Amino acid sequence: MFSQTDEDAPVLHVEDYEFAIRIRGLVNRFGDTLVHDGLDLDVKRGEILGIVGGSGTGKSVMMRSIIGLQTPEAGEIEVFGSTLDTISDEREGRELRRRWGVMFQGGALFSTLTVAENIQVPIREYYPRMDNKFMDEIAAYKVAMVGLPADAAPKFPAELSGGMVKRAGLARALALDPALLFLDEPTAGLDPIGAAKFDRLIRELADTMRLTVFLITHDLDSLYATCDRVAVLAEKKVIAIGTIDELLATEHEWIQDYFNGPRGRAAANGNQTATPHGAKTV
Amino acid sequence: MATSADFETKDGANGAEIFLTGRLTLARLGDLPERLGKLGDISRIDLSGLDRIDTVGAWLVTRTARAHDAEVTGAGDDALRLLGALLKIDGDTKVKADRLPAWKRLLDEVGTASLSTWHEFLGIIGFFGELLIALVNQIRSRRRLRWNAIVTRFQTVGWDALPIIGLMSFLIGVVIAQQGAVQLRQFGLEMFTINLVGRASIRELGLLMTAIMVAGRSGSAFAAQIGTMKLTEEVDAMRTIGVSPMEAIVIPRVAASTITMPLLGFYASICAIIGGGVFCWVGLGIPPLTYVQRLRDIIPMTDVWIMLLKAPVFGILIGVTGCYEGMQVRQNAEQVGQRTTSAVVAAIFLVIVLDAMFAVFFSSIGWN
Repeated sequence: MFSQTDEDAPVLHVEDYEFAIRIRGLVNRFGDTLVHDGLDLDVKRGEILGIVGGSGTGKSVMMRSIIGLQTPEAGEIEVFGSTLDTISDEREGRELRRRWGVMFQGGALFSTLTVAENIQVPIREYYPRMDNKFMDEIAAYKVAMVGLPADAAPKFPAELSGGMVKRAGLARALALDPALLFLDEPTAGLDPIGAAKFDRLIRELADTMRLTVFLITHDLDSLYATCDRVAVLAEKKVIAIGTIDELLATEHEWIQDYFNGPRGRAAANGNQTATPHGAKTV
Repeated sequence: MATSADFETKDGANGAEIFLTGRLTLARLGDLPERLGKLGDISRIDLSGLDRIDTVGAWLVTRTARAHDAEVTGAGDDALRLLGALLKIDGDTKVKADRLPAWKRLLDEVGTASLSTWHEFLGIIGFFGELLIALVNQIRSRRRLRWNAIVTRFQTVGWDALPIIGLMSFLIGVVIAQQGAVQLRQFGLEMFTINLVGRASIRELGLLMTAIMVAGRSGSAFAAQIGTMKLTEEVDAMRTIGVSPMEAIVIPRVAASTITMPLLGFYASICAIIGGGVFCWVGLGIPPLTYVQRLRDIIPMTDVWIMLLKAPVFGILIGVTGCYEGMQVRQNAEQVGQRTTSAVVAAIFLVIVLDAMFAVFFSSIGWN
């Protein structure tokens, strides 16, 4: 019975931590190019934090550093109190990985597996002895939860449209009911209607499952519709973090250009009728 | 330490009442689904004793409640939210594609495999036709052949293959001479080892082994390169720019393999003869000069013509199958592997079939 062995595993009590992610003094460098130079960031538990910044400011690199795909040159990254490089024992690392889900920009679905099998990959990895039938049921309700049509589960990624691939990627990221969700440009490449639906979905799921969401985006509408706070990456650091209103009150030129440019205004107007976190009302 | 999910039962009026306790989450679920499944009628599921619940736990509650038409009580805020979200989902999401019964599947697979082999055969012929048309168009519209591309391919298909093909042929020559000598010695006809090595190398083996080697080295490379270009939409990009993929990708490769094969085949034959000669000298004591003189007597010129006529045909065949299979790649990375494999298998198979047909043909016109 696998619950017995699992009982001994170190248990991560997500509720004990005020911050899901804490970054101090992060330095990343590619060759001669300094990407981050002493970057600090706090992500509160339960919030949806949007990360914005111009192209090449290292948004994705920051995400890759947090999830351990990129070893930073210096700095400390804590996720729910544990630091990836100081985790000595493998079980602790697995326990941490179990608590986060990552959705990559292109979906990164395994192309030789169906959508349902893709969703089951993390479950099989962590709970290999789970009953197959129950695992199928889990995959089925996850497929429905992310708003995929009922016949999408047995399909292969190549048979899905762009929007469906994103939803399938989200379903796989949510397979283990994580506490922390990383989204890398989830609405990039979607049409405005699809993007708006996806924004609503993220907001709903975050509220239902009490997720902390780390959302990298270029999409201003997404920021207004989903994010509790927004962090701005520029000059190799997080130069500002706060609600959009707080950011608008800062003097920084890039932030003003970003939110008060023609696209920023349009996105703001579109959301004036809604509550501060638009999609909550939907 | 957190406690696993568990439950207690109490008999009620219309069936068991279940009181769930502990952490009803994916990590702490244990064998709860099976144990719950074994219970008889359930009238009520109480969640007030739960420490935690996640979507998997909520799904378990939802499906158990649905199966027994039971009432759910004592749900906290978290549970209510999750149950509410799951209630909206009806249970008809299919996870696996419908499967046919075994005998039908067998028939289905045999039929599909036969059809796809047939289609592949037609496809290769069609592709060859397409290639000829593209070539004629290119020449008629006086567009230059892409000599740069052809020369690059020429280097990878021909020049880079020289060491391995040379070594392989040399060793095959040694082996034929050695095995032949063992048999012929029984009749005291060791001198005829030279006939065996000379004619077999020039007429058949040198070229055949070269064709197999080129199919494995370059046919596979053609398929994998073009397949990857298809996946990354490079081929589509080429088309939209107005560059014909046939002209830019296929013709240079097929041209290179067609030109290279006679050269490589001749080279391989010579290497095999040298290998046989070395064995004859060292093993049988036949001096090289005698060896060469005897070769001149026994190898008819027609043997060389046969090789030089077959070689370009094999070259076209290998180039066309490699490029055709590469062009067939669709959808995913696994297909690149599959198509590369079938490029090599199809090329080698067709080369051997054609070689047999050539052998019959040349014998019947008296080129013995």
